[in-house]
This record gives sequence, C-alpha cells and structure tokens, in this order.
Amino acid sequence: MRPSTTPRAADRAAAETSRATPASAARTRRQLLAGVLQRQGAAVVLVLVLATAWVSFPRFGGADNLRDLALQSSFLAVIALGMTFVIITGGIDLSVGSVYALGGVLAAYGSRWGFLGALALPLAVCGLIGLVNGILVARTRMAPFIVTLASLLFARGLLLAITNEGATTYQIHGGSAFLQLGRGTVLGLGVPVYLALALCAAGGVLLRHTRFGQSVFATGGAESSALLMGLPVARTKIVVYTLSGLLAGFSGAMTAAYLQSGVTVIGVGTELDAISVVVIGGTLLTGGAGTVLGTVIGVLLRNVIQNVINQIGTLDSNYQSVVSGGFLLAVVVVQRSLARPRAGR
Amino acid sequence: MTDQATVAPVGTRRVRTTGWLQEYGVYLAVAGLLVFNLLFTANFLSTANFRTQLVQAAPVCVVALGMALVIGTEGVDLSVGAVMSLAAALVPLYLGYGVVPSIVVALLVGLAAGLFNGFLVAYVGIQPIVATLALLVGGRGLALVIAHGRLVEVHAPAFRALGTDDVLGVPISVLVAAVLAVVVGLLVGRTTFGRRIVAVGGNRSASTLAGLPVRRVLLGVYAICGLLAAVAGVLATARLGASDPADVGLLMELSAITAVVVGGTPLTGGRVRVLGTVLGALLMQLVRATLIKHDLPDSTAQMVQAAIIVVAVYAAREQSSR
Repeated sequence: MRPSTTPRAADRAAAETSRATPASAARTRRQLLAGVLQRQGAAVVLVLVLATAWVSFPRFGGADNLRDLALQSSFLAVIALGMTFVIITGGIDLSVGSVYALGGVLAAYGSRWGFLGALALPLAVCGLIGLVNGILVARTRMAPFIVTLASLLFARGLLLAITNEGATTYQIHGGSAFLQLGRGTVLGLGVPVYLALALCAAGGVLLRHTRFGQSVFATGGAESSALLMGLPVARTKIVVYTLSGLLAGFSGAMTAAYLQSGVTVIGVGTELDAISVVVIGGTLLTGGAGTVLGTVIGVLLRNVIQNVINQIGTLDSNYQSVVSGGFLLAVVVVQRSLARPRAGR
Repeated sequence: MTDQATVAPVGTRRVRTTGWLQEYGVYLAVAGLLVFNLLFTANFLSTANFRTQLVQAAPVCVVALGMALVIGTEGVDLSVGAVMSLAAALVPLYLGYGVVPSIVVALLVGLAAGLFNGFLVAYVGIQPIVATLALLVGGRGLALVIAHGRLVEVHAPAFRALGTDDVLGVPISVLVAAVLAVVVGLLVGRTTFGRRIVAVGGNRSASTLAGLPVRRVLLGVYAICGLLAAVAGVLATARLGASDPADVGLLMELSAITAVVVGGTPLTGGRVRVLGTVLGALLMQLVRATLIKHDLPDSTAQMVQAAIIVVAVYAAREQSSR
C-alpha cells in the first residue's frame, strides 16, 4: 500500500491520520475490517453474554437485577470516560482509583457545607491532581504511567492524611440533598445512571464533533505531526488529564452519596478495571483511535460478566479478574494481529 | 563487581553534570540518610535495626533486579506483584511433597509467567506495559482462586527457616538477595547476554540489523524477571509464615520500578545499573523507616515516596533527552 522505503514514523503518522478522520477515503478494506472488529467485537460479545445470561439465569432478567446492574455500571463508566480520552492521546492514567476514593472521602467531608460543598471540594482537589498530572506529562515529557503512579500514591496518602490514617469514615447526614446524587431515583432508575449517560453522551460529542476532540485524536495518532500542524498538543494533554481527574472525583462523590459515607478502602485496582474496559471497548492503547460508546459497552460487558459470576454463586468471585485479564489479553492480541500489516513490523 | 554497561552518549557539560547526578545521586542519598539517622534517630545504630532494614528491603531488591533488566530493554513489567502472589498461593499446595518441590513449583510458575510476558512482547509484538497489564489484572485473581481467597498458615519448619534463620549471622533472605545481585551484576557486566540487553534497549532496530537475537533476548529478560518475582514471593511467604495471596506483592511493581529508576537506570533503556538498583531499593526502605521512626504517619510516607519518584524520573529524563 505504501512504498516500503517510507520511514516507519511517517508511515504510522499517515495511517493514524487516516484513522483519525473517519471520512478519509484512504482506508483500505483491511483497515475497515479491523476497525469494525475493534469497535463491534465487544458489542457482539456483550449481546451473546446478555442472551446467555437471560436464558440461563431466571433472576438475571429481573427488573431489580437490571436496575442494580445499571447503577453499578454508572460509577465505573464515569471513570472510564475520562480514561478513554487519556488513552486516545496515547497516555494512561493510573491515579484514577485513588482519586476516585479521595473524591468520595472529600465529598463526605464537604457535605457539612451543604450540597455545593460536597460537590465542589472533591471536584476542585481531584481536578487539581489531574491538572498536575497533565502538566507533568505535557511539559516535562515524563512517562505518563510513572507520573500517574506517583499521583496514585499521593492521592492515597492524602486520603489517609485527612481520614486520620483511614480510621475516620465521614458520614453524610441523612437529610442532606447531596444524597440524591447517589440514592435518588427517576422513573425507577438511579440518578447516577442518568448522570453517567449524560456525561458519556457529552463526552462522545466532545470527542467526535469538536476541534478539541480532533486534537485529542491527532495527539495520540501522531504527536509530532500534530505539533507540526500547529495543534495545541501540550494543552490537549493537560485538559484530558484534568478531565480524567475531575471525572474520577465526580464518580467518587456519587459513590459517597450512594453509600452515605466516605469509604476509605474503595478504589484499589479501579484504574485496572477502567483501563481494561476502555481497551475491551476497542480503544487502542497506542493512542489515536477509540470511541466512548465502545467504553460504555466495555463497562457493561465487565459488569454483566461479574453479575453472572455472582448468579452462579458457587464460583469464586475472584474469577472476575481472571476473566477480565483473559479478555483483555485476547482483545490486545486481536488488535495487534489486525494492526500488524499496517505498522509494517 | 562490574556494575554498569553503557552505550555512552557524548554530551555537553550540562548533560554530564546531570548524568553524574543520575548515576551517583542514589549513593549520595543513601549516605545522607544514613548520616541523618545516625545523628538524629534513637536506636538506629544497632545490629537488630540494620537486620530489620535489610530483611524488609530484600524482596523489593530481588524484584527490582529483574525489573532493571526489563527496563534496560526499554520495557516494563507490571505483573511482578501478581506473580509474587501466584508463587505465594502455590507454596502451601505443594508443601506436602516437601519444602524443595513446593519452592521449585512456585519458581517454575514464576518462570512460566515471565516467559508468557516475554512471548507477548517479543513474538506477538505487544507493548510491554499492555502485555504485562493483562497478567497484573488476572494473575492475582488466579492466585486467589487457587487459594480460595484465604490466608493459609505455613507450618513446615524448614520452609519458615527461610524467613527466620541466619547463615553466618546474615538473614537468609538478605543472603539470597545479595547472591542474586552479584549474579545479575555478572550477567549484565560480563556476559554476551548482558551486552545484548543493553544493545536491544539502546537501539532495537540497530540490534536487529546487527543480527542480534532481539526476540530471544527479550524473552530471556522477561523470564528472569518472572523468576525473580517468584523468588520474592517465596521469601515474603517464608517471612510472614503464611501464604497471603491477597496482600503479598501489592503495589510491588511500583516499588520495584521506583528502586530501578532511583538507582539510575533510565526508563528509556540502553543501560542497566545493578548496584544502583540495590541501593535504590535500600533507599526507599530507609526513607520509609526514617519517616516511621520519627512518628510521621504512613500517609506522609506515601506522599514523600510519590515526590521522590517524580524527582528521580525528572532527573533521569534530563539525561536521556537527546
């Protein structure tokens, strides 16, 4: 398709750019097939698992169970939404699990100042952590996974510091309007479900239909080309990491409202869940390609499988992470084998 | 002991200064902390205390040695903690056949996990961070499934001796770590394999063009890393006197990467510093011990550790930006 003497970087840049603009006619059939498999693979599996679960477990299709499933998925979906943006820029954010827990504790702590306090405190602090991540990644060119590993530690340390080394669990008092954010229901579905849907829809539009979204794709697809084209690469990175911090903090706040307290032990390993569902949803870990819808499907797939494992009952709940790991591996290997001819290696 | 093997970049004075700091900063930091503790920490200068510090640093050190080799090839292995947990889960299952077989099984599984990672990286061509992420996600779950999610006490005296006994006044785990450090040091400095690790990390395509067996080198490096992680898992189990797959090696990948990077091995590969890695592991242990002995809480210790990581990687970056 391209002369074999083309330097690899340029080749990749061209390939990625064509991926970044879906309308480009330069796509080969193979790329198209790869794209379809990447995007729809998880959806197909989700439908299969749903159908199997529906038939095999009478309790699975019950309204209560589905309501629970939607509610549980919404917390992870909000975190994974931010992760999707970060991964499309070619980065990774390992701090979201700790930031999520920190957001919950701060929301519970801030609830003494009413609804606004409970919302503003976690968003401010978690957004700031994301901002620092972004600045360190964008301006100092340190590896994203190291920077965010450090903030994983930092956020957990901060959480321990404000909770008296984890001994204090702040409660949200029963009459607080803030509780509605997690426990309220509209038309039978929990408020977090609507919030997660709204955020994901907004994220999808932001990614697909705005200039910012285009520079997110361009940054992850071919950073040097994006720079040469005059795109604000550094600013884009700073914004996505800030977004990731904000969303993780917001998800933590919703969780605190749902649990009515700032639980200190949640969020350990949540970053792995978020990364897994994003990758399972077809977003390339190498950056430059991905969709919000895929991420939502990935979240649903993960939680449906977990739900099924719980329904079986005799199965150890630890199988969940084994299945996740195996699925992640399968997805990555398939992605790699589809991408191989394109990468020219 | 030949400690380093470098593809030396010809640099300006500024690069040389930061390079010097990166190379010897960890020695200065360890020395500085030791002096500080000798002056200001009560009961620091005692054999018992030094033993404690060394015993606690030993598992991190063992894992970090393998990690240093992987990072030397411009890779990373996120699965080390999960592999430790797998090894820990397997030990009590095979203790019935004797202490040696149970350890051998644990080590073999670690080796297999490493080969698996290496295969994904070298032959399937997946980025190291992603390839090893799958095992990080699944490995601990598998260990918990094997152990039915329970902590199992290990009573075999011969096995527990690994964690409690001395040889010539040195705790066995420290001895194991020291021997492994020497072996890895020799491997890096004195063997063809070591030269190839550095070459592959320095410039992979050039190594391929030069006819080096790049894939086999990568496979070997990840295999060694998995094996060493299993060793650390066995040591940690022996010291605890119990197999605790839920907790063993949690966040070990982070500690090991920190020790390696603080020790002067750049994340961009092409250089492996074994002695630096050992001292990096010691440094992180000393930092923690110092904070704890001065009654600073765990939360502060974590935040300080985070700051050290950022500063160390920032310093390393100066040197590697060409």
